[in-house]
Amino acid sequence: MSGLMTLVSLAYLISAVCYVMGLHMMRTPKTARSGNRLSFVGMIIAVIMTFLIVLEKNDTTMTAWIALLVALVLGVGYGVYRARTVKMTDMPQLVSLFNAVGGGAAAAIGTFDYLSKPNGASLAVAFSLPVILDLIIGSITFSGSLIATGKLAGKVSGKPITFPGAKLLNGIVVLIILAAIVFTVGFPTNVWTLVTAIVASLVFGILMTIPIGGADMPVVVSLLNAFTGLAVAMAGFVIDNQVLIIAGALVGAAGTILTLQMAAAMNRSVANIIAGGFGTGDSGGASAADDVPVNVKETSADDIGVQLAYAKNVMIVPGYGLAAAQAQHEVAELAKLLTDNGINVNYAIHPVAGRMPGHMNVLLAEVNVPYDQMKQLEEANSMFENTDVSLVIGANDVTNPEAREPNTAISGMPILDVDKSKSIVVIKRSMSTGYAGIQNPLFSNDKTSMFFSDAKKGLQEIVASTKEYLDQ
Amino acid sequence: MSQELYTNLAIFVLSLLVGFEVISKIPATLHTPMMSGANAIHGVVVVGAILVALEANNTTAYVIAFLAAFLGAINVSGGYVVTDRMLEMFSKPKDKGNKDKGGDK
Repeated sequence: MSGLMTLVSLAYLISAVCYVMGLHMMRTPKTARSGNRLSFVGMIIAVIMTFLIVLEKNDTTMTAWIALLVALVLGVGYGVYRARTVKMTDMPQLVSLFNAVGGGAAAAIGTFDYLSKPNGASLAVAFSLPVILDLIIGSITFSGSLIATGKLAGKVSGKPITFPGAKLLNGIVVLIILAAIVFTVGFPTNVWTLVTAIVASLVFGILMTIPIGGADMPVVVSLLNAFTGLAVAMAGFVIDNQVLIIAGALVGAAGTILTLQMAAAMNRSVANIIAGGFGTGDSGGASAADDVPVNVKETSADDIGVQLAYAKNVMIVPGYGLAAAQAQHEVAELAKLLTDNGINVNYAIHPVAGRMPGHMNVLLAEVNVPYDQMKQLEEANSMFENTDVSLVIGANDVTNPEAREPNTAISGMPILDVDKSKSIVVIKRSMSTGYAGIQNPLFSNDKTSMFFSDAKKGLQEIVASTKEYLDQ
Repeated sequence: MSQELYTNLAIFVLSLLVGFEVISKIPATLHTPMMSGANAIHGVVVVGAILVALEANNTTAYVIAFLAAFLGAINVSGGYVVTDRMLEMFSKPKDKGNKDKGGDK
């Protein structure tokens, strides 16, 4: 190893340590920000060292320099602009966009290296296997994440999109991808193998994501995050760069863990979520039809105001509906009003509340909800018995007590035990079922009253009425 | 199997295990910033883009290298900035709490 390469290798190792330590520091909100900055320092080190290699080699054409620098300036400009201006409710689509560009970059690196070999050259497996995996995973992530971004942003329908023959088409595309792997590994290089692999993978990414419904998005975004990590690691194998392998593997692990946790919190397997989208309309449509009439008690903003004003302990249970209505400011306003008057307010947050893992916490943090008021599933469940009023906002399946019964669509799913609180108020737009497509007995519980409204508008009315009673 | 491939494979597998270990200790509350932070880390792909760009010497290669560097740069810069923005919010309530306490006096 030359002197410079030794220095660079050691510096890459320091970068990798920064990433691991940085992620490790994300365990608590206290150190999380420094952790991210440490990881950033590691990134700066890696980039500077990489430029040193480029300068040392000194055989780069002027055009390549211009292309590289213009690309970096434009990319950084766009990335920083999007990051600075994104609304917290729009965070999932931005993360998904970053997955797409990361996967795309990894695929581009693979393409570059494949094309740099002379046409018809025989490749060693140590190169050909990672390069084809890089191309395939990177391309799937690129198109799949763009579709997911579009769905989250509302530009592509959030409903599962299915069409006749989708399964057959999927099967064909998968076969083409497998054939491309065989051809890349077993045969000399050929531009058409490359093109076929990329096109088939891009198509597969789209086919994989369009049939997936909005409620499954936390799982899909996590899965694509894992894919991006793997694509980057494969790119590391291709160009024999360990920092890419380490960072890619770390992200691959992170995405995998989140995917499994999200799937468990929805009581479904990952395979079921991906395959479930394929072709089937999912259980939702079928069982929603056998509408069992349930006796529900309707209430008004005025009544809720009285209940809240005379409560001691209030638990707010925010769900997808709150994120969709962007009502986090109204929730915070209500909570502040109550706490200012000596009422205890906490938030019970289910792992899949919101539109990506942990999204609800970010929305609440945005409106200055203290970290210690955000109760995760287990802690929240230990508090419901002493809760006077549980205010369920736009959440459904995650509060359904049927999960504790055998043989229901959600049996065994971890839920928030809202039904154990002394009284329950549910703010919801209609009696429609949640994603699981089953009725929620919580709504017809004697202790429950329903307030049919959009989360934002309903909360504004409740804030107004609560204020009146607190002032008396 | 070549020595090089073996070394890289060992690094890959061990990094996966480290990743599982570190990530599984992160509370659900911080999952979004963590995912976004991990997102920024895979922005390291920009390093690969810089390395291939230096080898580019024909039009196709310039275009692909440009694309790789552009996409990687979006990933790495946006990823870190947005994660920092989110984590800033998580540390904010503490400051605010202190202020509130001050107000009570």
